[in-house]
Amino acid sequence: MTERLDGRQAPPADAAGGPSTGPAAPPSKKPRLGPSPAVAIAFLLPAALLLGIWVVYPIGYSLFRSLFDASGQGFVGLGNYATIFTDSGMLTTIRNNLIWVVVAPIVVTTLGLIFAVLTERIRWATAFKLIVFMPMAVSLMAAGVIFRLVYEENPDRGVANAILTTVHDTFSSSQGYPEARPREGDQSPVTDQNGAVVTKQAAQAGQPVLIPIVGVRQEFMPDDAAPAQAPAAGDGLAGTVWFDFTPGGGGVNGAVDGSERGLPGMTVEAVSSGGEVAATATTAEDGTFRFEGLPAGSYTVRLPQSNFEASYNGLTWLGPTLITPAIIGAFVWVWAGFAMVLIAAGLAAIPRDALEAARIDGATEWQVFRKITVPLLSPVLLVVFVTMIINTLKVFDLVFIIAPASVQPQANVVALEMWRVSFGGGGNQGLGSALAIFLLLLVLPFMIMNIRRFRRGDS
Amino acid sequence: MTTATVPAPSRLEAGAPRRGLASRIVDRLGSGAVQVVMVVLGLFWLVPTLGLLVVSLRTTQVNNAEGWWSVFTKPAELTIQNYANLLGSGFTASFWNTVAITVPTTVLVIGIAAMAAYAFAWMDFPGRDTAFLVVVGLLIVPIQIALIPVASLYGAAGIFGTIPGVVLFHVAFGLPFAIFLLRNFFVGIPSSLLEAARMDGASEWKIFAQVVFPLGKPAIASLGIFQFLWVWNDMLIALVFADTGNQPMTKYLQSQMRQFGSNVDILSSGAFMSLIIPLVLFFAFQRYFVQGMMAGSVK
Repeated sequence: MTERLDGRQAPPADAAGGPSTGPAAPPSKKPRLGPSPAVAIAFLLPAALLLGIWVVYPIGYSLFRSLFDASGQGFVGLGNYATIFTDSGMLTTIRNNLIWVVVAPIVVTTLGLIFAVLTERIRWATAFKLIVFMPMAVSLMAAGVIFRLVYEENPDRGVANAILTTVHDTFSSSQGYPEARPREGDQSPVTDQNGAVVTKQAAQAGQPVLIPIVGVRQEFMPDDAAPAQAPAAGDGLAGTVWFDFTPGGGGVNGAVDGSERGLPGMTVEAVSSGGEVAATATTAEDGTFRFEGLPAGSYTVRLPQSNFEASYNGLTWLGPTLITPAIIGAFVWVWAGFAMVLIAAGLAAIPRDALEAARIDGATEWQVFRKITVPLLSPVLLVVFVTMIINTLKVFDLVFIIAPASVQPQANVVALEMWRVSFGGGGNQGLGSALAIFLLLLVLPFMIMNIRRFRRGDS
Repeated sequence: MTTATVPAPSRLEAGAPRRGLASRIVDRLGSGAVQVVMVVLGLFWLVPTLGLLVVSLRTTQVNNAEGWWSVFTKPAELTIQNYANLLGSGFTASFWNTVAITVPTTVLVIGIAAMAAYAFAWMDFPGRDTAFLVVVGLLIVPIQIALIPVASLYGAAGIFGTIPGVVLFHVAFGLPFAIFLLRNFFVGIPSSLLEAARMDGASEWKIFAQVVFPLGKPAIASLGIFQFLWVWNDMLIALVFADTGNQPMTKYLQSQMRQFGSNVDILSSGAFMSLIIPLVLFFAFQRYFVQGMMAGSVK
C-alpha cells in the first residue's frame, strides 16, 4: 500500500496505454489478417444497442419533449427555454451555477497544486495523499451527511462553528451576558451608562467594590459559576461582580448573600478620574476581581458594554446566505485529492535538469515555480480545471443532501432543478427536458474539446 | 480523455535524482513550517469523516448533549447500538439492493465494453474512427438528459422501478468510459500476438476470450473498481428508477434526511455503512484506482 498514491510509482501513460508506449495509435495502418465487418458488428452490437437506446435516443427525445408543455400535449415552442431565463427562481439557480463554475474549479485546482508541491517536501507524503484522496471513494450522499454534521449551527455540535467560536474567543472576551443589567435604585452602588455598568462613586482603597447585576438569563449562566464571595483582603483595588438574586426569594439587595453566584469571565476596567482605563481585570469563578499594580489614585470601576453582548456563536452555514459557499466547501473536500494526485504525477514528470539549470542561473524558488514549474504543468492543470468545470455543472447530490429543504431554493443548481421539476414534485417534464438540454449545451463545448484533443493525440 | 495530456513521468524522469528537489527545498524553507501546515490540512480532511464515525457510535441523547469531540475525554460513551438498530430497519434491505445493482452492472459493463473495445482496437469496419469519436463525445453526457425519456420507455416496457431497469441504465452510462479506457489499453497489445493467433485460425471470440481479455487485466481491474464505486455511490439514478422496494442505500438514507436532527443515529451509522465497502476497496486497490483515474479523468 505504501507509495502507491505517489504519482511517480504509477505512471499514467502506462496505466492508460498498457504495454504500449506513447499515445494510443490506431493499428489499422498496415494490412493484416482480420475478421469481416460482420464479426466486428457482432462484437459491437450489445454496446451499440445500449448506447443507442439509453443515451443517444434520449438526447433526441429530450430535445423534442422540451418543446411541449407539462402535459406533453400542447406545443409551446421555445417557451420552456424562455421560462429558464425569466423565472426568478430559475435565475437564482443559474446564478448559483455561475458561482459554482467560477469558484469551485479555481479553488480545487489551486489547492491541488499547493498540495502536490507541498507533499514533495514531507516524508509522510503517501499518508497525506491517502487522507486527502479518500473522499473520492465515498459517495456524495455520505459526504453530504458528513457535512450536514460539520455545518450544524450549534457550536456545541457542529465542528465548523466549534472551531470558529474557539478561535474567536481566543481573541476576545468569551463570556457574554446578554440582557443582564445593573441593579438600579438609589441604594445601588452601580448604574447603567450607555450600556456599560459603572460605579456611582470612586472606589475607596481597602473597600471591596460591589457590582450587583440582575437579569442574567439562565441559559447564559456559566456552568462554572461559584457562589459569590467578597474579595480576599490584600493590596490594590478589588471587588465582586455577582448575580444579585437569591433563588427561592430572600436575600438583601446589593449585598453578597451566601446563596448568590458570582459572574465569571466579566471584563472589569478601572477608570481614572481623567476618564482613561488604567487597568483591566477579569472576574474569577466566584465573581471576584483584583487590579494588580494599580497606581494610587481615584478610580471608578466599569464593566464595558462588551460583557453584555451575546457571545459569538459562529456562522449560519446552512442559512440562505452562506449555503452555496458551504456546499462548495464540501465539493472542494471531495475533489482536492483528485486534483492533487493528477498534478503530483505531472510534477514528477518535470525534468529536474530544467529546474536545476534555472537555479544555477540564480533564479529564486518562487521564480522557478512561477516561470518553469507552472508552465510545464499547464496541460495537467488544464485537464484538472476542465474536469472540475464539468463536475460543477453536474453537481447534484451534495446540494440535494446538504441544503435543508427550506433553503434549497437558495442553493438550487440546474442539475438539481431538473430533477425537482421533473420527478421531485414539479411534474413538468417539458420544462425538465428543456433544463436537461440546457445542461447538455453547457457541457457541449467540453465534449467538442475532448473530441478535438483525442483526434490530435490519435493521428 | 486525458491520456494524451498527462505526461508520462517514467520516461522523462529516467536518471534524474528523485529527492533532489524535495530535500533542497526542505533545507531552504525549513521543514517545520511545512510540516505544521500539512498536519493542519490533513486534519481538515480527516476530521469530517472522523466526526461521522464518532457520531454513529454514540446514542442520540449523547449526541444531542455534546459535540462528538468530547469522545476524547469520555470514550466510554461509545456504543454500537445504532448499528444494531440498523439491522432491524429498512436499511438492511437497501444494502442488499445496492449489492444487487452494483455487482451485475460492473460485470456487464466490463464484458460488453471489452467486446466493443476489442472491435474498436483490432478490427476493421467502415466508420470505425467516427464511431469511436462518438463514444469519446458521449463520455461527459449528463445523466439528466436520459431521465425523462428512459422513464417513459421503462413505463411502456413495465420495468420502471425494478432493479434490472436501474442496472441497464447504469450499464449504458458506464459504457463510454469503459470502452474508451479498454480500447486505449487493447491498442497497446503487441500485434504479433494477435496475428499469430489469427494465423493459427483461432476464432475472433477465442482470441478475445483467451488472449486479449487476460492481457487486459490491469485495465479491467481499474475499470472494475471505478465502475463499482460509481454505481455503489449513485443516488440520482436510484432516486428516479428504483422504487421503495428496490431502493439502494443512497436512496434509503436520502429519504431519512427529511428528519435530519431527529434521526442522526440512523443517518450517521447508515452513511458510515455505505462508505465502508468503498473505503476498503479503495485502500485495497488504490493502485488501480489511481491508474483508472489517470487514464480517463473526464467523467
